[in-house]
Amino acid sequence: MRTMVVWCPDWPVMAAMAEHPAGTPVAVFEKGMVLACNPGARADGVRRGMRRRDAQSRCPGLVVADHRPEVDARAFEDVLLAIEELSPGVAPLRPGLCALRVPEKFYAGEAEAAAVIAERLVDLGVWDVRLGVADGLFAAEQAARRSLAQDVFIVPTGESAAFLADLPIEALDATELVSLLRRMGITTLGAFARLSAADVHTRFGHHGALLHRYTRGLDPHPISRRSVPPELTAALALEPPLELVEPIAFSLRTTAERFVTDLAAHGLVCTMVRIEVDSNNRLGSVRSWMHPRWFGATDLIDRLRWQLAAGIPGAVDGVRLIPEVVEPLSDHADSLFGGAPDDRVVRGISRVQGMVGHEGVLSVGVQGGRAPADRTLTAPWGEQPAEVRPIERAWPGRIPAPAPATVFTRPAEALVVGAEGQPVVVTGRGSVTCPPERFRASSDVPWQPVASWAGPWPIEELWWDEVASRRIARFQVVGVDGSAWLMVVENGRWFTEARYD
Amino acid sequence: MEGRPAAQPVRTHPALNGLLHLQTGATYGVSSASLAALLMAGPSVDGAWCAVVGTGELGVEAAAMFGVDLDRVVVVPEPGDAWLEVVAALVDVLGVVVVRPPRNVPTPKDISRLSARLRTRGSILIVWGDWPRCDARVGLTDVEWHGAGWGNGHLKARQATVEVRKGTAPAAQRRLWLPDVDLSCHPVVEVAALAALETLGLSSVETTRSGLKGRFAPTSTTEVA
Repeated sequence: MRTMVVWCPDWPVMAAMAEHPAGTPVAVFEKGMVLACNPGARADGVRRGMRRRDAQSRCPGLVVADHRPEVDARAFEDVLLAIEELSPGVAPLRPGLCALRVPEKFYAGEAEAAAVIAERLVDLGVWDVRLGVADGLFAAEQAARRSLAQDVFIVPTGESAAFLADLPIEALDATELVSLLRRMGITTLGAFARLSAADVHTRFGHHGALLHRYTRGLDPHPISRRSVPPELTAALALEPPLELVEPIAFSLRTTAERFVTDLAAHGLVCTMVRIEVDSNNRLGSVRSWMHPRWFGATDLIDRLRWQLAAGIPGAVDGVRLIPEVVEPLSDHADSLFGGAPDDRVVRGISRVQGMVGHEGVLSVGVQGGRAPADRTLTAPWGEQPAEVRPIERAWPGRIPAPAPATVFTRPAEALVVGAEGQPVVVTGRGSVTCPPERFRASSDVPWQPVASWAGPWPIEELWWDEVASRRIARFQVVGVDGSAWLMVVENGRWFTEARYD
Repeated sequence: MEGRPAAQPVRTHPALNGLLHLQTGATYGVSSASLAALLMAGPSVDGAWCAVVGTGELGVEAAAMFGVDLDRVVVVPEPGDAWLEVVAALVDVLGVVVVRPPRNVPTPKDISRLSARLRTRGSILIVWGDWPRCDARVGLTDVEWHGAGWGNGHLKARQATVEVRKGTAPAAQRRLWLPDVDLSCHPVVEVAALAALETLGLSSVETTRSGLKGRFAPTSTTEVA
């Protein structure tokens, strides 16, 4: 079977280079060794397998990137999609290498087909792409490795064995076997192929026998193509374009219902959706929405309505619903004895979200932190909080329980003075210059004498960061009327952070 | 109106036993955030959903300390002009709605419509601030903090007298630990009264006494309501 292999050399570095400007020497390291490097680094003498220190001494401007296989795979996905557009049935072998059946009939010849694919990938920004065409996968991969950049190496039908015969034995990807064969005086694939198949099997086992078959140009493995993922995106085109929110939301109804039923047919529900709105044939607004349970048709229409209410730059001529996170329906089945929040509550709160906006309704929780405001965790209702500070850590300098009942959203400016009316200042050693005698918690409460006070709790936050570092000290101040306040002093200015009321 | 549920009693924080019993459809005015949390705690423990409208300043950690289940709390900090609509929509579906009234207090007509809604839906409105018509007003007086010295210690416990006013009747009062050093809320039991009960051989005293262990002696001598 004629097979085409597409090879993008140094793929890890290609994937890593996306984050750096073109022309910088980049090398990807794994376990302290160079795994791949780009031509800029290679020109300075960086080689594969080199230690980090050696590589950096040869090329001082080298950008060091750690190998992240998942990034490679994700970046290669774009290449696979581009090839799939030209010819279906691509078998990804590993990031940077994939195989497909040659679409020669469609493109009128193998060289022409290869040229079309190479051109498409160069358009995509993958400038170093090499293709090989041969009778089997192994031969095609070897052909691709002998090809020039943006070119194809074609091994004619039936000549795979002859092509492979001249290649060095290192072409086999089996270090121990290669080393053994070399010691036995077998230096080319051709010499290995001339051994009797039965002898090879006896001496080297199944794996050896398989490699022996490869070298003879026999390839037992057909390409296992990946199945193209089902198309779940739903799109609505509006002709003529509409400007008002309600007609657009009404028009989306059928599309939204189809979107939900299509997903259900695959046994899926959507918990996160991206809604793209086109206006004037351009992408007008994009937003990702999450749902506490899953999206039904009416939920999708609500989200579109909110998104449109946030502002659209003109008449809308298209809406696309793209599922970002889908989960199996079975994970969301209602349990026999409840568990999911009451449907009525969910709907009611969603209605409020419709009035005040998605971020207007918050769910709350407690997280780690020092100030009471830092310990409050909020997230738009229905979304997972982005980052949660673990509460079980020590958080030195935090105020001991009980927590204040009122935590001001914006600290109010306060005034605290000593017996002679002099301002109370915290010294660098964390002690006060004079005990506070009178205070005013904010501009709208009267002055009053201090009944008792506790503190200071000095905190030096982020001392390693020149811009964000703060030196502050917290106090608990109780007035003679029984009111208790949490105050913070920073650079001699006092603020009221919270009230124990 | 057909099918209108009568006012049902709702679980209330045990510290308020005999002083105030929450009922569905009622409006309660409170003077401080901790009282709002204390009133929320009872229904929340029972599985009711709570909403806080018009403020983002209610300390969630303190609310959790009083017993509010934060998983069933939503906060609408800035409802803006839609204040009344938001409160009405939440009253429709949630058990308890805590509101901080906006600067321009709603008209008497809006308020009576809202209380009618409360009664039909069986929800509870807790107003943190001034409100023209409340079934009961709960306030704190004689607040006394323990634990802070003169530059040493930290706030540990508070005693306060909770006053409940219903209409024109004289206020009912009770001295509460709000909270105690172990962060629980319960009535203050005088040492003298405790001793008297002990001589009477009341078995229930034992538990109360064990609760007092390790606590510094209550200094106030306000009567136990």
